[in-house]
Formats: sequence, C-alpha cells, structure tokens
Amino acid sequence: MITTNSYVLLSAILFTIGGIGFLVRRNVIVTLMSIEVMLNAVNLALVAFNRSMPKAHTGQLFAFFLIAAEAAEVAVGLAIVISIFRLRRSVRTDEADLLKN
Amino acid sequence: MNLGQAYFWICAALAVIGAVAAVAAKNPIRGAMGLLLMILSVAGLFLALHAQFLAAIQLIVYAGAIVVLFLFVIMLIGPAASTPPDKRGLPSRIVGAGIFALSGIGAMVLLVRSALAAAAAAPDAGTAPPLPPSDFGGIDTLGRVLFTHGLVPFELSSALLMVAIIGAVAVARGKQSDPTVAAKTAEPSKTRAKEIAS
Repeated sequence: MITTNSYVLLSAILFTIGGIGFLVRRNVIVTLMSIEVMLNAVNLALVAFNRSMPKAHTGQLFAFFLIAAEAAEVAVGLAIVISIFRLRRSVRTDEADLLKN
Repeated sequence: MNLGQAYFWICAALAVIGAVAAVAAKNPIRGAMGLLLMILSVAGLFLALHAQFLAAIQLIVYAGAIVVLFLFVIMLIGPAASTPPDKRGLPSRIVGAGIFALSGIGAMVLLVRSALAAAAAAPDAGTAPPLPPSDFGGIDTLGRVLFTHGLVPFELSSALLMVAIIGAVAVARGKQSDPTVAAKTAEPSKTRAKEIAS
C-alpha cells in the first residue's frame, strides 16, 4: 500500500520543481504559476499528514484556508502583472524597476 | 501492484509532468495547461486521501477560477506574454536554483532513508495508516469543524478575500481611477452638452 511517506516525497518533488521555476524564470506569469505549484505541494503534504492522523481535521482545515489565501494572492498578483504591463509593455521581472535609483 | 497503488503512481506521474510543463513551458498558455494537469491530478490524490470536500474545492477554485484567471490575463496581455529567453544574470539564477534544488534533494533523501529504516525495523507494520471513519473528510464533518474550531479564521479569510477583490480592482484599473483625471475628461463633454442644449 501507499504510505504517508510517498505522498510527502511527491510533495517535496513538486515543491522543488516549483521553487526552481520561481528562481530561474523571468516571466512574471510563469513565476506566479510556479508559486501555485509550490502551494499545491504544501496542500498535498497537509492532507497526507491529516490522513495519517485521522482523529481530527486540522490538516484539511489548514489546507482549506490555504486555498482561500491563495485565491486572494493570485487575484492581487495578476492585477499587479496587468498594471506593470501597462507601464512597461513587458512582463519581465527585471524590467519592473520603478523603485530603482 | 493493486489498484490503489496504480492510481497513486498514475496521479503522481501526471502531477510531476504537469508541474514541469507549468514551470518550463516557453508559451504561458501551455504552462497554464500544465498547471491544470497538475491541479487535476492533485485533486485525484486528495480523493485517495479521503479528502472529498477538498478535492471538490480544488476543482472549483483552482481549475475553475485560478487557471481561467491566468488564461484571461495571458490573453489580455497578448503576444508579449511569451517573452524570449534572456541570458542576463543567468549564472546567478542557476546558482540560486541549484542551491534550492540541493536542499530539496537533501530533504527527499532524508525522507527515503527514514522510510527505509522504518520498513527495515518493522517489515509488516510499514503499510498504509488505518482506515479513517467513513465520514472523514466529507462536507458534513469538515463543515462542522470549520464552524466550531475554525470560525474566527473563516471570518478573517472572508475579510481577506474582500480586501483582495478591492485591491485587485484598484490596482488593475490604472490611471482612470484618479478622480482629477476623470473630472478633466468628463468636463469637456459636459460643456459640449450644454452648448448643444443652448
């Protein structure tokens, strides 16, 4: 059977993929998608730990609030992407340097 | 290999493929499709973990709202959304990602070693955790917990979503939200209307 360890291992793999994408890519939209991948990995780990201790629903409750926070994050993040694109006509992270100098 | 194991491995492989596609795709539309694949397979894994309500929420919120929001923004931005790869600052990026990948691989090695040690210590006990009660993770029990133990965070998250909606509208509206600009652009049309009326 599949143990909790396999789920946590898969979660670590997904989190590492998302983190590498976040650090390497320069496109703001792809960066936001990498954050989504990382947060999904965290959700998977929370639900897997809750499955191994089924007395309470703490992990699933936490995952629920994480999904709500993530929806807010994506809404504001994409609004900022559109705002930067209006100013700079580009979606590269290194061209959003309005606070430089 | 029984059916449950095959289900897990299929979902895990699809999730990893989707995550790699989301992160590495040149075209952001393909990246969004990879994200969708990963979200669907994680919802499948939630079902295997007795989290039916969270699987439904995952499908509604992620696949139904967040991926569609990404696609809207990509189409709003148009061809500029897919930037050509640039080499500036590539070494520092590679070094940062390499350090991150090393720490991630270290965590995975620790996990596998602890799993192997547990399997060696108790070969028959290293199986799946015991089956939870049949109402575990359903909308009934989770809703009860949500409105007893998690009532304050629930209300706070609704306030957070409200603030996020207002903030998103305020940020994305741009310069037209400036009241002086709006008044200036509105004035000539008003005077013109008066002239036409007189």
